[in-house]
Order: sequence, then structure tokens, then C-alpha cells
Amino acid sequence: MADLRADLGFLQLRNPVLTASGTFGYGMEFLSFLDLSAIGGIVVKGLYYGPREGNPPPRLVETASGLINAIGLPGVGVEHFAADVLPELRKHDATVIVNVCGDGDEEYFQVIEFLNRYDGIAAYELNISCPNVKLNGACPAMNPHMTRTIVATAKQRSRRPLVVKLSPNVTNIAEIARAAEDGGADGISLINTLLAMAVDLETRRPKLGNVFGGLSGPAIKPVALRMTYQVAQAVRIPIIGMGGICTGRDALEFMLVGARAVQVGTANFVDPAASVRIVHEIAEYCDARGIARVADIVGTLETNR
Amino acid sequence: MRHDPAARIIQKKTWGDFHLLRLESQALSSEAAPGQFLMVRTTDGYDPLLRRPISLHDAGGIGLEIFFRVAGRGTALLAAKKEGDILDCLGPLGKGFRLDGFGPDKTAWLVGGGRGIAPLFFLARTLLSKGAGVRVFYGGKTVSEIPLREKFESAGILLDCSTDDGSFGFAGLVTTLLEHELRAGRPDGFFACGPDPMMERAGRLALRLGLPAQLSLEAIMGCGFGVCWSCVHRIKKDNEGAWRKICEDGPVFGADEILWEEA
Repeated sequence: MADLRADLGFLQLRNPVLTASGTFGYGMEFLSFLDLSAIGGIVVKGLYYGPREGNPPPRLVETASGLINAIGLPGVGVEHFAADVLPELRKHDATVIVNVCGDGDEEYFQVIEFLNRYDGIAAYELNISCPNVKLNGACPAMNPHMTRTIVATAKQRSRRPLVVKLSPNVTNIAEIARAAEDGGADGISLINTLLAMAVDLETRRPKLGNVFGGLSGPAIKPVALRMTYQVAQAVRIPIIGMGGICTGRDALEFMLVGARAVQVGTANFVDPAASVRIVHEIAEYCDARGIARVADIVGTLETNR
Repeated sequence: MRHDPAARIIQKKTWGDFHLLRLESQALSSEAAPGQFLMVRTTDGYDPLLRRPISLHDAGGIGLEIFFRVAGRGTALLAAKKEGDILDCLGPLGKGFRLDGFGPDKTAWLVGGGRGIAPLFFLARTLLSKGAGVRVFYGGKTVSEIPLREKFESAGILLDCSTDDGSFGFAGLVTTLLEHELRAGRPDGFFACGPDPMMERAGRLALRLGLPAQLSLEAIMGCGFGVCWSCVHRIKKDNEGAWRKICEDGPVFGADEILWEEA
């Protein structure tokens, strides 16, 4: 069988398939469907310092080949996560990346410093798309200066590798990626959801309680692929690609344009075993074509440009 | 919770927009309890993307039944399936009705509105098998919206029907019929499933009379097994309101737990 290992430099993965934050809970919810050690790793649901309630419903609306969510990042907070969830995940030999959230820069750093004290976390993924209430909902991901500043401080405070998750809702994704790299990021993951909305023509009301939400699912794959390619051209640090991945072929396309690993998100809702199925499909693809190491595919796209 | 990618449709019945599918699946039926539901894929492709939550109408042996009404594109695709086709299902999901205490000397009244009748057949059968007395109230806007009358009657279940337009049975809301009947006698508790306004009326009625009631709620769901956090409803927890997941913490909640004013 093909060698599926993925080398992120700062982290070696069994295979290149991770699960995306917000689509896989804290991992334990999936134990009846798959073995957490059979996938590359899991990125747990975004953690703020304290527990959070999330947005009023409706929180989800289905769209053509996708969905818009406005869940509002409810979560258990770092203390509960460290005390009750992390020890369970360690028993299952899962590679755990924690998605770090914050309402304002300081909260991100508090989450990192709290979790620094616990073992069993392979890396942090900085979710710089969290809306900042004080800044009228703006997030660090939308501005290269803010991105560089928060990444630099987060990196200083962290005793672990730091992946920065980018928002697609920007004019120039390559510029933001370079800002994250300049700030000291060890890796980049992209894309987060696309800002979207849906309305009900009959009731003349928004379909989401929060009015706006984030679009995900197969509908966004072409946008995600383009941005992953652009970022791969712009930075030297490893990239984790995501956006609408449902099959092994989808995953391999992201690797072809330069991602060393991928995350599976919305597909987990439809097929709880999607991530492990995608690992098998990647292996089958490689074996059928005599590809000895899946890593050899990374960044091999040929263009005439 | 199991995943059966190939539950076979062995029988299909249709009444206008309403459909009943009998499926064969050892994996899904062996653990099924009244009030639980399945998440069903409606297509092999990605549009519609999400599974649809569908109530378990009955289960026993290797068979189970689902009953639903066409409400959009997903359920329309499901309604187009034929006998012999296979369905990709997750289930059984959620926490069903709590039946402890309902034995031979107890009486339960079951209240279903429209497609909300779906879980009450399995519930009625189970209560009867425990020796409890069962009476079902079944309402719809009009006579074509209460198609399962004969099914309940031929199973020997005591049935009272209502239609908003008076085309069959009591003329008015099923909760109004319930209110009338409660003047003549009281059950030891009631169980209800239907649209939110009906659930709210039934819940408030139960609280006013001090009757224990269990209400099965519905919501748009992303996953059905507790990870997407979409299907939340305001529920009392430690005497405060909290957004709790209908798919995992419910779909059945006590009338005294549900907070309507905030939802």
C-alpha cells in the first residue's frame, strides 16, 4: 500500500486527512463510526476561554450543494475541555489540534496559555475569523497588519506549533497568508466558510437568526481550491487545504495544488465516517497508479502560466 | 446508533403528500425505541446535501416503518423512491419517550398533529404491550391530512380525530378537542408530537392541569447526532434557559422543561 504519511514539518501525520473544526465536535461523538487513530488527526470544535451559548436559531439553512451556518461557536470552554475531553481523546490515540478562538486578541492568548499546561495537544489552529464585538464584528483575518500582530504574539505565548486558519472573505488571500508567515506561523489552513445569507421570499425574513452565516460544503470547493493554490504560490510554510472535500479525489486535488494535508468538514455531517473513507480512497488512487508516496503529489500541478 | 447504507424499502403506501415506507434493516430496528428518528439520505449526490430527519413510525423484528409528508425537495426525492430501492440511513437517533411507570393501571393520551402522528403509532403499540390504557387524538387541517385513521383503528387503538375545517371528526384544533375531553376525564400523562404552535398549546395545557406531558419537537438538522449544534431549542437546565440540541438531548422533552417565550 502507498505511504500515506504527511510531513507538516512541525508535525508528522499518519495520513493527510484531518477533520475540520466545528464539524467533528470534540471527536468522541464519532467513536461509533470510526477509529480516531485511523485518520491523520482531528481539529476540535473552536474553544473560547469560557463556555459559550451560541446564536439564536435558526442556525442552519441548506443551499445548493452546501449549507450556511450561523451556530455562533457554542462550546465548553478550556477548563472543561482540558479536564474532561482531552484525557478521553488521549486514550483513543488521536492526534489533536485545538482550534483557538477569542473575542479580542487577549482571549486567544489566554486560551493558548491555559492549554500550554496540558499534554496531548499536537498544535494550535488559530481561528482568526472570530468576529470581535468591540471592533464591530471585524476579525483579524481581514487585515494583514492585524493578522501579523496576533500571530506574532500567539506564537510567542505558545509552546506548540501554530497553524493559522484563514478566512476567504478577503480581497487578497496571498497577502494575508504572507502576513501570517511573517508573524511566525508554522503552517496555514484554509479556507474558513464564505460569508453568506439566505432569505425567505414568502415571510420576507432572513432564514438565519444571525442574518449572516458561513457557506460550506461541495458548493465552495472551487473557491477553496483556487485560494489554496494562490497561498501555496505565496508562502513556504506547510498548507492544510479544506473546503467542500467529500471524496479522496477532492482531497488529492487540494494536495495537487500545494496542500500537504487536508481537512474534511461538512461531509462529516452527511457521512460520519467520511474522513476514514477518504483515507481509503486516497490509498486506492495511489495504489491503482503506482504512486508510492502520496506526499509526491503535493504541489505537482502543471500549468502553462 | 448505526449506519445502514442499504436499508431496503419492502413496502410503500401513499396518501397524497403523505408516505409510509416499510424498511428492512436489522441494524436499525434492533435498538429502536418509540420517539427516535432516522437521518435519511435523499440522493447519492450532494444536492440536496443533508440527510433528512424522519420519525420512526414503527419497528419490530427486522422491519421498521417511517412516515413523512413531502415538505420540500428532499422529502419529495424520498417520496419518489420505490419498493425494492435502498435507503442510506443513520439511526436510531435521539432519546425517545420515557415510558417507565406506564403499566397496567395507567392511562396515556397521545396527541398527534399532521405528520406529527408519525412516532405515536410505535408509542401506542409499545404502551399497549405494557398493559397501559391508550387513547390517541389525531388532528389535521382537513380530512386528507389524517390518513392513518384506519391503521390505528385496525391495530385496535382507541382513536379520536379532529379537522380544523370540520371535514372529519371534531371541528377545530386537536388541542381544543383534547381540552374538551380533559373535562370528562384525566389520563396519567400525555404525549404529543406536531408543529410548534400545537406543541406549545399542548405543553401549556399540561402545565395548567398539572399533568405530566412529553412533547416531541422537530427542527432543521444538519447532522442528527449532536455535532453541528443547529437544532437547538430553549430548554430549562439547572433552572436557567439553555440552547439544547433537539437531536441528541431530545427530540422528546418534558412540557415543564421547554421554554417557549425565548424560542
